[in-house]
Amino acid sequence: MNIASVISKKPFLLGLVGLILLLLATLPFYATGYTPILMTTILMYIIMTVSWVIFSGPTGYISLASAAFFGVGIYTMAILGKALPLPVVIAIAGAASFLVALLVGALTLRLKGIYFAIFTFGLVVLIKEVLLYWEINITGTRGRFVVLESNETVYYVMLILFVLTMLVAYFIQHSKLGLALRSIGENEEAAAHTGVNVTMVKVITYAISAIFVGASGAIMATRWTYIDPYVAFNPILSFMPVLMAIFGGVGTLYGPVIGASMLAYLQEVLTTRFPYYYMLIFGAVLIAVILYLPNGLVGLVQRGWKRVSGGQIAST
Amino acid sequence: MIIRILNIVIDGLLMGGIYALIAMGLSLQYGVARVFNIAHGEFIMIGAFATWLMYTVLGINPLLSLVIVGPIILVIGFLLHRTLFTSLRIRAPNPGAYEASSMLASFGLLFIIQYIALSIWGNATRGYTYLAVPFRIGETIFATNRLVTLAFAVGIGLAFYLFLTYTRMGKAIRAAAQDPAAAGLMGININWVLALCFGLGALMAGIAGSLTSMCFPVYATMGLNYTIIAIIVVVLGGLGSIPGSFIGGFIIGLIGSIMSYVQPGLAVASYYLLFIILLLVRPTGILGKK
Repeated sequence: MNIASVISKKPFLLGLVGLILLLLATLPFYATGYTPILMTTILMYIIMTVSWVIFSGPTGYISLASAAFFGVGIYTMAILGKALPLPVVIAIAGAASFLVALLVGALTLRLKGIYFAIFTFGLVVLIKEVLLYWEINITGTRGRFVVLESNETVYYVMLILFVLTMLVAYFIQHSKLGLALRSIGENEEAAAHTGVNVTMVKVITYAISAIFVGASGAIMATRWTYIDPYVAFNPILSFMPVLMAIFGGVGTLYGPVIGASMLAYLQEVLTTRFPYYYMLIFGAVLIAVILYLPNGLVGLVQRGWKRVSGGQIAST
Repeated sequence: MIIRILNIVIDGLLMGGIYALIAMGLSLQYGVARVFNIAHGEFIMIGAFATWLMYTVLGINPLLSLVIVGPIILVIGFLLHRTLFTSLRIRAPNPGAYEASSMLASFGLLFIIQYIALSIWGNATRGYTYLAVPFRIGETIFATNRLVTLAFAVGIGLAFYLFLTYTRMGKAIRAAAQDPAAAGLMGININWVLALCFGLGALMAGIAGSLTSMCFPVYATMGLNYTIIAIIVVVLGGLGSIPGSFIGGFIIGLIGSIMSYVQPGLAVASYYLLFIILLLVRPTGILGKK
């Protein structure tokens, strides 16, 4: 790719991003009823997927703790929602998830490969079990009611969180931190020898990536109105971001966004009509993507584009 | 008091037999075939449902159905590895990438198998009674079916250990566990051996499923709980160590029965706590190599 084409492309890309944001920001004015609710769910999945990609994309550590951070956000809202104003609760939810991820990261990021994945998945179930025990034996009630917010409020909060997530992901990718993460992914020992504080970089990034997952959990809780540990710590929410990211393509930022949008839309359409077959399709897509699309949709498009144009694969 | 302690211990050992069998299966699949099979528990569910179906519809003795269920699941597992996991292994640039992609693929399998079962049998819990007669040892009473379960689990575990230690095939499996590439160079058909290990792992899960269906309820989402326990046992016993998994199964069974006595609500949480501590303190397990 030569310099001239980059310059000619940049205003176009910025314009496209601006247009999409404008369309999203004015959505409740021209689309009513179900559409904002659907878009809220899609944005939630995008936030979770991009957050997963911030850490797991460059490093290759498969984190299955998304549901844990999401659940921490949900419970923060359930406990503090009535006492404090909405933005404060969402900020606290983000901070709580950050702290949980910091603790988990500090404890476990020494673990390699599969151990890290199992540990993070175990965390989701551990928190769920302890909460269940706590609610049944100590407080004596299972589940809680959450304050209700209007659909527009939930949508706009989710939109703001989405923009923040994308900005953070973009800046991490283009900063020294992103470079350090990629070098860890390629060869952790070599990264350590070139002066990267490997543990520090991993733990901090992991914790940052949890903030928006927790925050989106907090705002989602207001839509569900009733939550219990089974709803809040649903292990499926740990796998969805992984599937969506791999489906879209992990190497870029727009890949996960595309993957999450498509699968979240598919989920919303299919779950209402075929609840069991949806999971069947989910499993089949997961296997097919791993087998045939190792670089996701983006990889497929890039390969196709290369064949058509005969040129280089676009760098991102 | 002593009788109560004895009861807890024996109860733990009875459960431990099943756990040991399940964990040995997972240990074969992960320790040798390098597939961290999250769908392991689904084979338990298949075995349990098959046995339940054969007993309630055709009236086949559950102990006889072991001989029918086992080989069928072995073939399913073998074919799964030859198609899905072998092509993943060939495509993977390095062993680490293969572990990650095969684990994710097994998640896909979990969803497919579980939701096929859900669409056939729904959410209902099934069960049947077989050999649910009391059996006295001194002052304590046990259900006969649970003793039979333990005897079969221990018997199968021992038979498999002898198979690994004394047969040519067992030697090939142990060689493949140590170094697949070198084993391949020694003339072992590595794809065949890995697929066989995966199939044998599935077979153990299926048999464990048949055995559990005699004592415990059968339902479509039962698998994941057993998978989680198997993972903990395998980590406890040391990855790739078959005797380690066998012993680990009994240890977890004991912990489970002690916890169920002290505080039933925290049994699963206590497994996790143990698991977390183990991963942090001794990730190689009790019998694992450094």
